[in-house]
Amino acid sequence: MKAAVKKELPGKIFIGAMLIILYLPILVLAFYSFTTSANIGSVHGFSMDNYVNLFSNEELRSMIFGTVLLAFGSSLLAAVLGTLGAIGAFYSRKAARGVIGGLNEVPVINADVVTGFSVCIMLVVVLGIDKNTFVPLVIGHVVLSAPFVYLSVTPKLKQMDSSLYEAAMDLGATPRQALTKVVLPQIQPGIVSGFALAVTLSLDDYFIASYTKPATFDTISTYVVNATKGSQTEIKTALWALSTLIFLIVVLVVILMNLRDGKEAADFED
Amino acid sequence: MGVFRFSRKQLGIPYAVFLICFVAAPLLVIIYYAFTNGEGQFTLGNLTGFFTSPYTIGTLAYSFAIAVVTTCVCLLLAYPIAYILARSHWKAKSVVIVMFVMPMWINFTLRITALKEILTVVEGNLAFHPFLNTIIGMTYDFLPFMILPMYTTLLKLDNSLLEAAADLGANPFQVFLKVTLPLSVPGIISGVVMVFLPSMTNYVVLDMLYNSTYIMGSLIGSYFSAYDWHNGSMIALILLLIILVFTLVTDRYADEDAGNRGGALL
Repeated sequence: MKAAVKKELPGKIFIGAMLIILYLPILVLAFYSFTTSANIGSVHGFSMDNYVNLFSNEELRSMIFGTVLLAFGSSLLAAVLGTLGAIGAFYSRKAARGVIGGLNEVPVINADVVTGFSVCIMLVVVLGIDKNTFVPLVIGHVVLSAPFVYLSVTPKLKQMDSSLYEAAMDLGATPRQALTKVVLPQIQPGIVSGFALAVTLSLDDYFIASYTKPATFDTISTYVVNATKGSQTEIKTALWALSTLIFLIVVLVVILMNLRDGKEAADFED
Repeated sequence: MGVFRFSRKQLGIPYAVFLICFVAAPLLVIIYYAFTNGEGQFTLGNLTGFFTSPYTIGTLAYSFAIAVVTTCVCLLLAYPIAYILARSHWKAKSVVIVMFVMPMWINFTLRITALKEILTVVEGNLAFHPFLNTIIGMTYDFLPFMILPMYTTLLKLDNSLLEAAADLGANPFQVFLKVTLPLSVPGIISGVVMVFLPSMTNYVVLDMLYNSTYIMGSLIGSYFSAYDWHNGSMIALILLLIILVFTLVTDRYADEDAGNRGGALL
């Protein structure tokens, strides 16, 4: 037993070191976000100023609100389109399924720069849609995320017992009832994880937004990139606070998800 | 029959139309623009222009260099992490893998900002090591995407194969080289796909770390800001072809379960 522990020690040290490197920048920034200093390395007193600025600065507040609204709005559209697409394709003939599945792969494997550029050329240059309508931006984000909803729903449809649908129909359900009462509950986990993935993709996106957004609107990504080119210290340190908040939210969500999964597993064992 | 005839197939129509309008059509538009000039006439000028200009060819080479080095560094760091975690019997290993993946959910521009602050303290002036900083930035950004597919593949590895190899007289090194490594190829390929292409195109990492040299992505960006749709489309098309070739080559080996950003949610 002791030998096994000793043998695992170098591995543990390596893993630990990698985790420290991975989290060091985020944690150092988090530490400094609670001080008055504007540069890493010079320690000043404790302060919550950055957090106050983050929520009192109109520009920052609307940027955060806009990013979150865009993420949830576009992901909702993506979830509906992607789910319906997956169900439709699943029950279609092989050729039609192949076309939908093939086109669905394009945004998945494509570089985001190319996706953003091509959506912009199509909608703004060719069709002349004004970026200020937010239509190109929303469509761009749905193009980015709907394929992932499709990909997370399709395996659930494959796992589903096909006789369930037939049984519902035999028992007198209309096709619509069979779909909403039998199929949808079966694939719901796929829809939920697809939606969650869509939200994270939209929140993380820089390239699609930068090619399709209105000039006066910023997402967190485009705002941060512009801010690094400017020299406003107040904005810079307020963004440290934002990064810390997002980190804390991510940690919280992960813990909650694991608690829920753990509970489900425990219930299952009972 | 009711007023509304319902078919399950028809549910797919909105998404099919969406894909045709906003995925297929934009690609055709890109191809059209890439092979026309400002007057709308057919031309190969954009294509020959790209391959004859030392500047654009240099950009392509620099993108490849960044992508190859980033992928190698990610591979060398991620494989041991995935291997140690997947083969270990630690109770907390599922927590540890989540910790490696978690940074993916923090906005990448904020993560690069954090990295930039640290690098500035260490190096003083970031402008002295543009290539090194870019590699560090890309690796920091993409490492989780490499760890996850390799971990998934290694976790599924059949232990009895390793035991059989050992029973038949292979030493641990041989077991690794002849059994474990070949069986982890699908995970490695998925990881390489996840890292290689973004590191050819993600010019924001370079911008934020003060590397003013262009990569392929930056070329699209600069043509776009100059309203030059034709040359921009040609770059997009060349990138698409690189992606296509890359996908065709790797598709045969990639692990379906382990790959793509879809795995990001665990």
